[in-house]
Amino acid sequence: MGLPAETRPKLARGIRLQFDAARDQWILQAPERVLVLDEIAAEVLQRCTGEADITAIIASLAAAFDAEPGEIAADVDELLTGLIEKRIIAT
Amino acid sequence: MTGMRRKPASTVSMDPAPEQLPLPARPVSQPVEPPLAALLELTHRCPLQCPYCSNPLELERVQSELSTEEWCRTISELAMLGALQVHFSGGEPTVRQDLVDLVRHARDVGFYTNLITSGAAITRQRFLALIDAGLDHVQISFQDAEPNSAVRISHVPNIQEKKLTFASWVRESGTPLTVNAVIHRQNIEHIDAMIELAVSLHANRLEVAHVQYYGWALANRAALMPSRAQLDFVTERVTEARERYRGKLVIDYVVPDYYAHQPKACMGGWGRQFLNITPSGKVLPCHAAETIPGMQFASVREQSLADIWAHGEAFQRFRGTDWMPEPCRSCDQREIDWGGCRCQALAITGNAAAADPACAKSDWHAAMQEIAATAVDAPSLPDFRYRRMGAGKH
Ligand code: SF4
Ligand code: SF4
Repeated sequence: MGLPAETRPKLARGIRLQFDAARDQWILQAPERVLVLDEIAAEVLQRCTGEADITAIIASLAAAFDAEPGEIAADVDELLTGLIEKRIIAT
Repeated sequence: MTGMRRKPASTVSMDPAPEQLPLPARPVSQPVEPPLAALLELTHRCPLQCPYCSNPLELERVQSELSTEEWCRTISELAMLGALQVHFSGGEPTVRQDLVDLVRHARDVGFYTNLITSGAAITRQRFLALIDAGLDHVQISFQDAEPNSAVRISHVPNIQEKKLTFASWVRESGTPLTVNAVIHRQNIEHIDAMIELAVSLHANRLEVAHVQYYGWALANRAALMPSRAQLDFVTERVTEARERYRGKLVIDYVVPDYYAHQPKACMGGWGRQFLNITPSGKVLPCHAAETIPGMQFASVREQSLADIWAHGEAFQRFRGTDWMPEPCRSCDQREIDWGGCRCQALAITGNAAAADPACAKSDWHAAMQEIAATAVDAPSLPDFRYRRMGAGKH
């Protein structure tokens, strides 16, 4: 586990989360790139508002998907760690 | 703007995030996918005179430019078509006095907006108005990190000062910045300084863009072609810098076609993801498409964009794989690189429907390498033919 639980991730400046109605999918708009999000990534990123910390994000996902927080923590950490390295998520 | 307009397509990012477009092909019932992005050449006017400019030799005049209303209508049509990003480019887009209105309109209809600029033709006040209007991202092109060389390449005095000032406004505004360093034989040795420049400007991304030989760059090819040794040098420096600035600066870099053995999926495939609109409203599948003889380009003044995208003769000509002759026709890469670049095929082989000569399977592959070798071995360096209105005609 890399990210401290009290991190409050948010989309970096210049990155937008958007629903792409023409293709019926969630996307991240980034410079020169459009990243297509799978369902889980879209759910995680909708919670990255800068208000909620990692613990709260995991709790909210666990409630929404009726899962154990422990089961999703590693996935959330992996996703966000990758996006932080790409400067898509800021902390 | 810049010598590397194929970039939106050929930039497959170095470390892709979750999943990346291009999307998997749709079922046959829906043959033409909506475009992802459009490059809007608002004007061909530009205070700079870069000899590698990718604009056509025959520059469009100010009198023929689309009006504010025409651009706004076009941007709305693009959004309805399903495009997601617009790149405001040129020429120099900031010489259009209505740029702020166009950016605001693009944001209003949901676009991710990118400004591709030299940074040399805008005041701080107007830049802040662009940010207010919702501009998402700025890309500044640099001719060199070394000021005297930048002056010589752009043919504008004090160019570096102007660009650095502009870049400082971008930084103060917190807007994400891409530095586009166009490299070629006459500045390639300054690669380290260009990387440091991007770092010092707090850029998020650096594009180290080899010149691509269309338009003015083709006319100046002998003066711009790097040698194999220069290429290896820059590749090594970029690889090293990527490691050093991991997590801080993303560096996009691709091997230039004349030294490559595999073609790039030009524009992500002809008529698949991108379109380019010229100052007067002609809709092109790629910015160099006008070099291909005998093609009809429809204008947004006469036809709807949806119609042009789906049925336009120019878009249909090389869309998909049906048009391909051998060796592409039976090649397993045909839906990956889509046969490479049509304009490059034309420039080297004389036939726009041939396989891109950057491909090792092309009969012209050796000839292309020969062109590079001849340029590099020439005893004297030709003078630049600068990009100017009217200078494209002989
Ligand atoms: S002359 Fe230079 S700055 Fe102007 S549009 Fe061409 S490449 Fe861009
Ligand atoms: S033969 Fe054609 S499709 Fe195959 S790799 Fe070469 S350019 Fe691409």
